[in-house]
Amino acid sequence: MDLENQARVKELAEKYGPENVVVVIGGAEAEASGLTAETVTAGDPTYAGPLAGVQLGLSVWHIVEDELKQEIDPAVYEDQVSMMEMVLDVDAIKQEVSSIRQQYSKY
Amino acid sequence: MDSAVVRDTSYALVHAPSLLVHMGTTQTVEREANPDSEYLRNITSHLRSYESCVAYPPNQTYIGNMTPVELAAIERPWFERPVENARRYSAAGQIMPEDEFYAWMKIVDSFNLVLLEDSFTSDVAKRMAESSPIWQDGDAARLGAGVPAEEISKHLDGGKASAKAEPLYLGDRLVGCVKAAHERDRALTAHVMTENLAVKASGVVALRHLIARGSVSAADVDYIIECSEEACGDMNQRGGGNFAKAVGEMAGCVNATGSDVRGFCAAPAHSMVMAASLVQAGVYRNVVVLAGGATAKLGMNGRDHAKKGMPLLEDVLGAFAILVSANDGVSPVIRTDAVGRHKIGSGSSPQAVMTSIVLDPLERVGLRISDVQRYSAEMQNPEITESAGAGDVPKSNMKMIAALAVKKGEIERTAIDSFVGEHGLVGFAPTQGHIPSGVPSIGFLRDEIMAGRMERAQIIGKGSLFLGRMTNLFDGVSFLLEANPGKPTAPDGAEDRLRKIMADALREVAKSLTDDEGGASECQIRQGRS
Repeated sequence: MDLENQARVKELAEKYGPENVVVVIGGAEAEASGLTAETVTAGDPTYAGPLAGVQLGLSVWHIVEDELKQEIDPAVYEDQVSMMEMVLDVDAIKQEVSSIRQQYSKY
Repeated sequence: MDSAVVRDTSYALVHAPSLLVHMGTTQTVEREANPDSEYLRNITSHLRSYESCVAYPPNQTYIGNMTPVELAAIERPWFERPVENARRYSAAGQIMPEDEFYAWMKIVDSFNLVLLEDSFTSDVAKRMAESSPIWQDGDAARLGAGVPAEEISKHLDGGKASAKAEPLYLGDRLVGCVKAAHERDRALTAHVMTENLAVKASGVVALRHLIARGSVSAADVDYIIECSEEACGDMNQRGGGNFAKAVGEMAGCVNATGSDVRGFCAAPAHSMVMAASLVQAGVYRNVVVLAGGATAKLGMNGRDHAKKGMPLLEDVLGAFAILVSANDGVSPVIRTDAVGRHKIGSGSSPQAVMTSIVLDPLERVGLRISDVQRYSAEMQNPEITESAGAGDVPKSNMKMIAALAVKKGEIERTAIDSFVGEHGLVGFAPTQGHIPSGVPSIGFLRDEIMAGRMERAQIIGKGSLFLGRMTNLFDGVSFLLEANPGKPTAPDGAEDRLRKIMADALREVAKSLTDDEGGASECQIRQGRS
């Protein structure tokens, strides 16, 4: 995960409280999405960024996960995300991100 | 107004393993932060030989000795399947070895910043004079005889850090250096000058190959648009320019002027649209769009490649030159009525981006997605990107285009994969930012269209503007390349008759000007009297 984004997530979690922050991932790959989810929950696995060793345990979802999709206006979802749903390996992404969430999310 | 055409193309690569070690940002940052890292300790064991680089199938594809279709038929990993009897040169360009490239950096150096060791210089000069198809009178004099090794060492030792020279190595051997162009100016440090001279030198190589192909003489080039990703200037105008004229000067384009266009990886597509517009408007007849390569991006994903036991495949600088000319009635035309653009208000979701770049321009001219036989978008070599976790970029783009076709009801969802195979192209370009972005396929697509095997292609350039930290906006531009319908010809004698009518009319006007009082036209006189 981009070091700049790690710093932003850390700052937002400190400012608003980790229980009030939800991270929504839009990554195109299951592995990369899983790494992002891991970074904002268990800490940066590459130990390179501001979240190295910082276990924020944030609530983290990918935009294609059903629970999140239900929260979004279907017309907006159709307009913004439906094309990518056809392109991405949605099942692999769901499995990867939900598995990380179940292991490390505290909220 | 008559359409502009893509008249010719050239493509060149430079094998640059030593520049990778010393100039690639992944390596320079690592050297600063973690100088004893395992990656740096073992990096040389992951470097390829020049022969391996030449025989690498994607590199042969880039210079045009193979087609992307032939490349797609080769099983991966490609780095384990060298092309037999691979050739350094192609009709469109070459893959240059690093030692010759250093000589080119010296040849194009206008401020005596590059110093090359004397014995190295004489060896390379002899070989180039004997065998290089782009060697010209005057190159030997510009290259000079070189300097003693001690003089190079003197520039690398001591002095202020900012004024220190940048060493030029061939493996472990120090063969030269690039001096800083100013003692304090951070836009003219030795490192920056090395980057910029590499852009200029590789751009010159591509332009000289283009001219050597014979479609245009150097003196007939009217304008040059340079679209790489570096900036040349000094501390008062860091990106002042102008690489374009600097490159043109070294290729004998005495009647050309030019300018630099920047837009991250989308710059070549922007430049092609600008070139086509300038030609179509009649401002210039021959515009060359060109770019040199980026030393900063050498070995960009090297850590991942090394970790996976792969060679460091990002060991080449990329360069290209494309000639956009007035309609010759034969070459593929650039349709300026079907230019796609990601607007500031388009939105940044992939769906919004692809709709604005791909779909909107097609619908504007009444075409469907499936009416375009081939799409060329971000032609990064997937062998480089997949191992770094970035996936197969051209394939992802094609899947998005296919998904748009599903949404428009052109194809079934189950047909996405076959649509991708039929309308996409496998990636083969090095990850040099601006180099992969659409334009590497133009040579191949031009040949296919000229041979009548296809009618139409869309070239797509996309840019990640957020990297400059000025905006979070995305960017993208596209244009259509289409078979030339042929110049409209007037019926027999019609042109002559038209010329006579025009001449008679002009004579009448001239007569009325001299006959009337005070030279005023009959019309004006009548108006004044009424």
